[in-house]
Amino acid sequence: MATLEIRDLHVTVEADNATKEILKGVDLTVKQGETHAIMGPNGSGKSTLAYSLAGHPKYTITGGTVTLDGEDVLEMSVDERARAGLFLAMQYPVEVPGVSVSNFLRTSATAIRGEAPKLRTWVKEVKETMERLSMDPSFAERNVNEGFSGGEKKRHEILQLELLKPKIAILDETDSGLDVDALRVVSEGVNRVRETGEVGTLLITHYTRILRYIKPDFVHVFSGGRIVESGGAELADKLENEGYEAYTKGGVSA
Amino acid sequence: MAEAQNIPVGSTTAGQIAVAAESTVATRMSAPPSFDVADFPVPHGREEEWRFTPLERLRGLHDGTAVATDAGVKVAVEAPEGVTVETVDRGDARIGRAGTPVDRIAAQAYSSFEKAGVITVPKETVLTEPVRIAVHGEGGTAFAHQVIELGAFAEAVVVIDHTGDAVLAANVDYVLGDGAKLTVVSVQDWDDKAVHVAQHNALIGRDATFKSFVVTFGGDLVRLHPRVAYAGPGGEAELFGLYFTDAGQHQEHRLLVDHNTPHCKSNVAYKGALQGEGAHAVWIGDVLIEAKAEGTDTYEMNRNLVLTDGARVDSVPNLEIETGEIVGAGHASATGRFDDEQLFYLMARGIPADEARRLVVRGFFAELVQQIGVDDIEERLLVKIDEELEATV
Repeated sequence: MATLEIRDLHVTVEADNATKEILKGVDLTVKQGETHAIMGPNGSGKSTLAYSLAGHPKYTITGGTVTLDGEDVLEMSVDERARAGLFLAMQYPVEVPGVSVSNFLRTSATAIRGEAPKLRTWVKEVKETMERLSMDPSFAERNVNEGFSGGEKKRHEILQLELLKPKIAILDETDSGLDVDALRVVSEGVNRVRETGEVGTLLITHYTRILRYIKPDFVHVFSGGRIVESGGAELADKLENEGYEAYTKGGVSA
Repeated sequence: MAEAQNIPVGSTTAGQIAVAAESTVATRMSAPPSFDVADFPVPHGREEEWRFTPLERLRGLHDGTAVATDAGVKVAVEAPEGVTVETVDRGDARIGRAGTPVDRIAAQAYSSFEKAGVITVPKETVLTEPVRIAVHGEGGTAFAHQVIELGAFAEAVVVIDHTGDAVLAANVDYVLGDGAKLTVVSVQDWDDKAVHVAQHNALIGRDATFKSFVVTFGGDLVRLHPRVAYAGPGGEAELFGLYFTDAGQHQEHRLLVDHNTPHCKSNVAYKGALQGEGAHAVWIGDVLIEAKAEGTDTYEMNRNLVLTDGARVDSVPNLEIETGEIVGAGHASATGRFDDEQLFYLMARGIPADEARRLVVRGFFAELVQQIGVDDIEERLLVKIDEELEATV
């Protein structure tokens, strides 16, 4: 069973000619089949955690370890991490000019699976997955994220999640900017992947709204660059009612 | 029914520019078109048509100091049966009918060439193999003139392949008879030091189809001026271009489509990728729809993909319409960047960095490359694109 282990992770970022520590000792274990929600106020470091795990060059790891099934993730390049089974659904996916969605998906699937998917079954697979996400077939001919609406970008991220079948999926604020209909469609996509039991999900969100559609097994409150409280789904209800104030003012200081 | 006119003659550039005397297309030139270099002042660099070009790198082509040398360029023509290949003197009546030089270097080339090449595909001759013109730079300076004529209803593909090192100024005339179909692929695969300045004039007969691919990879400075005019209604022009501009290279493509005749079509699509310090691409797309050109349908597009810092693009589409009685007219220009965030995005989907870059650039050029229809050229371009990517990044 695939396991992502994060131990005492410290991360800094360069900003305004100064080095700023964003993550101050994160500990978390995510196993295949589990869903962990990470909730926290803006600026708490949630997205930094997501991008650090994926290997974004902007972030420097200054301490701690991350392993996937015992393999050192921090030693891997960005593409190696993806091929090892990590997937990051991004909050702000970038436009890639000149590359069509269909070409991109096939190249990516070829890289992840280690061989080119058979054309006939692949076309069918993509078509069916797009249908379930209420995406028009013409979408495949557009350039990656070019001119996509906020909702289209998120559907496209979840389309990749469904096709690439990672061991660990990190969803960075996938719910942000979505209306209720889009949120439902996207959540259904995530749930289809979860129901296979083969993915561990790290759901990063600011709001509890998405947790009505995607039920977490564990909820972690993130504040000041680390996890300050962990619990079951009931912790989300508490946050829904009381907000993050208890964690940002006094109480638990970093 | 009238006999199909073999070769269009008559209305060419001089007359057309006069019609558009008040247009920006005409007034942006420092002097009216002329075959005589003396009619053009030596440019100083601030003129509209020269302001993007580094004159000091023209090796004297612009100011009269460049002199033809013995070892200039070597031209070898490979033509299938039925095609006439000739080398003619300056006085030959077939020279200069498709257009008149519009700037000093084109006029210099016209004033300085000694022998011209004339390739003729007779009336109703349909070639199944391309005509190949290999222009190989031998390290010297040359002035050249090439004429390619297709008789009525003739069909041909012509590949002009520039390699080696040279300082070359040239004019190329494409004359299409009624109903003729000509596809031209001009490849500028020069060595790093080459300087190449040329004007391409296409005169398209009634119901004729002209398709041009201009592919520029090499050279220190390449400045091409593809121009199209129509000799009768029903003509179609498709002007496609690809360029890959590396560190220090200046590659300039200045197009003019002159809709001087009713019911003609034109479609212009140029795409360029740039990488490295000092890479400079210039694209000027002028389309002129004259008052008499009712029923015109035209579109022009330029896209640039900047792969690294330090590269520069100047893209200037210009559409000038003197009649509203047209089918359509439009233009678009866009320059995008391939940056670290895009690279991260593709790598985060398992795609290695070099493959990600290749994916982006090949994808960017694919729609144009696939339309060339000459297999060995298409393959060579894809290989070339990969080599360019490996060379610098």
